[in-house]
Amino acid sequence: MAYTKRFDGRKFDETREIRAEIGVIPRADGSALFAFGDTIAIAAVYGPRTLHPQHLQDPERGVLRVVYDMISFSVLDRKRPGPSRRSQEISKITEWALAPAVQIEEFQGTVVDVHITILQANASTRCAGINAAALALAHAGVPMTDLITSVSVGKIDNQIVVDVIKEEEDYEEGEGSTDIAMSFKSSSGDLTHLQLDGKIRGRELKEAIEAGKKACKKIYEIQKKVLKQVGMEEA
Amino acid sequence: MIAKEEEQEELEQEDTVESSHREIVIPGEKIADGDDYLAGEGTRKEGKSIIASRFGLADKSDRLIKIIPLSGIYMARRGNIVIGKVLDITFNGWIIDIGSPYASFLPVAECPRFINKNDLAEFYDIGDMIVAKVWSVKRKGIDLTIKSRGLGKLEGGMIIKINSNKVPRVIGKAGSMINLIKEATGCDITVGQNGIIWIRGSKVEDELFAEKAIRFVTEKSFIEGLTEKTKEWIEEQKQEEKKEKTKEKK
Repeated sequence: MAYTKRFDGRKFDETREIRAEIGVIPRADGSALFAFGDTIAIAAVYGPRTLHPQHLQDPERGVLRVVYDMISFSVLDRKRPGPSRRSQEISKITEWALAPAVQIEEFQGTVVDVHITILQANASTRCAGINAAALALAHAGVPMTDLITSVSVGKIDNQIVVDVIKEEEDYEEGEGSTDIAMSFKSSSGDLTHLQLDGKIRGRELKEAIEAGKKACKKIYEIQKKVLKQVGMEEA
Repeated sequence: MIAKEEEQEELEQEDTVESSHREIVIPGEKIADGDDYLAGEGTRKEGKSIIASRFGLADKSDRLIKIIPLSGIYMARRGNIVIGKVLDITFNGWIIDIGSPYASFLPVAECPRFINKNDLAEFYDIGDMIVAKVWSVKRKGIDLTIKSRGLGKLEGGMIIKINSNKVPRVIGKAGSMINLIKEATGCDITVGQNGIIWIRGSKVEDELFAEKAIRFVTEKSFIEGLTEKTKEWIEEQKQEEKKEKTKEKK
């Protein structure tokens, strides 16, 4: 049977309910929470600040450093705390997704630290993490050319869906499941990150990217709204 | 007074905030189109439009668009009065932590009187708090000086820290806010541009009251006519205190 109806009854191009909050961590220079339904990520930004140990410093530009981690109770089977192969990979991927927008060239010898923590996971955690990190970076007053927005698009059997959940990720009937995480520069629409897990035809990939772009426009509006709201309160 | 110069500078900032057109912008957002405006601090020109490069208040005054930051770390500027902590002593000066990304240095030569180079700790020891002026901001470091009246070591009192972007609000127009708090509490207050504030009063209660007042100002900084509001708030607090005291006596 083809995938005609989603597990949670959403439309194929509909994301889960999005929740975004700014300033959730008072001690950080900037912080944000971003949630796709029950996937919840928080991000804290510190810096620019002097980078130690010194040999990691770049005399030509500031360094962006991202740490992604899932809290041990975020998934059904307890996640062993501490860095893992997976979390290190996602940290690096997130760093590369954000780097094209972050302008820290003038802060030579410093680091901007971004700490992403997944409080609760139901697929698309890296996308929630990137969205939270983008908000937190903006909140920290780090110069950026653009805001970054991220979403996951899936091909479940041969249906393109937006914002994948765990059940869809594990779908095995028909052509099975393909998960594509992607990030865009919000205003210019440039792609900064694209990851594909599974099989897909070229035509379908293009279709998926278009669907992702469309979804990101909606997510961007929410990011914009919460930032402006916080601005009004702080101004 | 210590804070005279900075107050002058902040006076200008405060004016632009209140009198000209302003709106919240986010990175990548278009602020204006065409050649009517010049791209100032925190903005960039892309083709014909001016785009925001950071989160803050876009301020359009005259023909210049700039962004007034609302959050983020303190970036030192020449002439700023700052409060810092002595981190380390070198052979010719002190390393001071002022909460900026780069280390700041106070050379012995910038001290107003003769100091025996063999015993710098005698003058300022590690952990001492000092008020200093930013003398120069270089690519990878900040130089400080204390060759001005009112600068130097802070003794007694207490230190509090606020968001450095709220400092103009705490000082107020021509220092109106800070003078109000000083008068109401009878405390001696020095506000560093880096968000570190030193309060010294004759009683600890007065100091705590001053801190409370400053926290009130930073939390309510978006209200119009804040100085008046703060005045009312201070009166209220004082009356409550009196009531409590009479209760205790009974």
